[in-house]
Amino acid sequence: MKELIKTVNLGHGYFGADGARVTALENINITVHTGEFVAIIGTNGSGKSTLAKHLNALLLPTSGQCLVNGQPTDKVEYLWQIRQTVGMVFQNPDNQLVAAVVEEDVAFGPENLGIEPREIVRRVKEALELVGMSDYRLYPPHRLSGGQKQRVAIAGMLAMRPKCLVLDEPTAMLDPIGRREVLDTVRNLNHQGMTIVYITHAMEEALNADRVIVLDQGILAFQGTPAEVFSQVDRLKDLGLDVPIAADIAWRLRGNGLAVPQSIITNEALAVVLCP
Amino acid sequence: MLTDITLGQYFPGDSLLHRLDPRTKILVTMLFFGSIFLADSYTSYCVLLGFTAVIIGVAAVPLRLVAKSVRPLWFLIILTAGIHIFSTPGTVVYSVGPLVVTLEGGKQAFFMAARLILLIIMASLLTLTTSPIMLTDGIEHLLGPFRRIGVPAHELAMMMTIALRFIPTLLEETDRIMKAQTARGADFASGGILKRVKNMVPLLVPLFISAFRRADELAVAMEARCYRGGENRTRMKELRLSWRDLGAFIAIFALVALMGGLRWSVS
Repeated sequence: MKELIKTVNLGHGYFGADGARVTALENINITVHTGEFVAIIGTNGSGKSTLAKHLNALLLPTSGQCLVNGQPTDKVEYLWQIRQTVGMVFQNPDNQLVAAVVEEDVAFGPENLGIEPREIVRRVKEALELVGMSDYRLYPPHRLSGGQKQRVAIAGMLAMRPKCLVLDEPTAMLDPIGRREVLDTVRNLNHQGMTIVYITHAMEEALNADRVIVLDQGILAFQGTPAEVFSQVDRLKDLGLDVPIAADIAWRLRGNGLAVPQSIITNEALAVVLCP
Repeated sequence: MLTDITLGQYFPGDSLLHRLDPRTKILVTMLFFGSIFLADSYTSYCVLLGFTAVIIGVAAVPLRLVAKSVRPLWFLIILTAGIHIFSTPGTVVYSVGPLVVTLEGGKQAFFMAARLILLIIMASLLTLTTSPIMLTDGIEHLLGPFRRIGVPAHELAMMMTIALRFIPTLLEETDRIMKAQTARGADFASGGILKRVKNMVPLLVPLFISAFRRADELAVAMEARCYRGGENRTRMKELRLSWRDLGAFIAIFALVALMGGLRWSVS
């Protein structure tokens, strides 16, 4: 698979309010391949949002490099190409919609790219269909639920035809229904070939990923498939992270001498093991 | 409660006036204002009133809404008319102490009141038949040519768009903060004006902080969507002039010519 995003010894530091130097990220080396679904997990302050903002050049590394399609993000001549390649969805659904009508908002990105009006209309229609929001084309955003707003935000990115979507805790402010809507939309897009980088602190949402990256205090703690990561229950708990309930139960059962395989991290799989 | 408020006074519809290009409507309204100031005789005011009546008919907007837009300005209209009645020199009709009513004053007062009412009716017809978004688009296009002399046309339009987008959100937020503060014993409903204003402080401070935070996040989100000002930007919806707009311009130029004719042929 082709490497889409690659960070090389990426570090980010800044001066805090008290004048002391804060290191938000240090020596991060990650690779995201085309078509992959990568989840990044970590506690508050682990640097996961900071890392996300590096992936489309909203923040620039203070040491090391971040490459998108082989282009370094700190070179100004690649900036707009990179922002077009890597779309970004943020946590607060209210603060990323610009226009007072859904379809106008989805058109905002392509308009910025200077695309021809007729092509914009086509893209807006297509993007709204992909997230299942076509019926709400003429709604004002404040009449939509949180999950719907977040889907419109995703459509706004899709209309720019990115290769990768970075979602920074897109469900943190949503109710359970909204979460399901957004997660289903993201999974659906991934099945259609979209590369996804999904940042979350809800471990259940990371179960769908191809790969999970665990950040801790600005350092890449470890990474692997969801099964590899979530079976290391001790380690995750040490980092202050939750573990999916099924993985936790499996771990406790193992501790009591039951032969539950390490790969059991979902409710369904656990059910099969316990009641064959 | 607070969130029920509708923006502007747009009355959705499908009339000829609704379908006119916003640029046409803005320009026609301005030309109409011009022709109002050309009027100086009863005949010309009758023509203007007739024109306005026809426009109201074409707009298919309930008369009630048009009247509603004049209501808040009654005081101003009466005041202006009053000043003109008493301050114009001429044939004295009636006098009370230092106040003198003249024939010319009565005529002037009537003209001024008619002027103001016509101005308000036409301005409100513009906003009644044009959605805020179309209005913004129209203003951006009309200001476009002045960009060269430093008028930030795109920026102004963008500000209006964002304001339209966030006013309902901020109203919701105000409502929420109000309830939260009321739950903790704040009182927004009683006391004199001064006390009430004072009581608004715990409402305004969190509202401002949150508005600034929103602005910051929105700026980042706009950057992520490749926003870099108005340069090389295209629009999904292009404004297009049609035969309707041509008709509107012919009508308004005819009116302006007629008003000009009435003014200078008589004198």
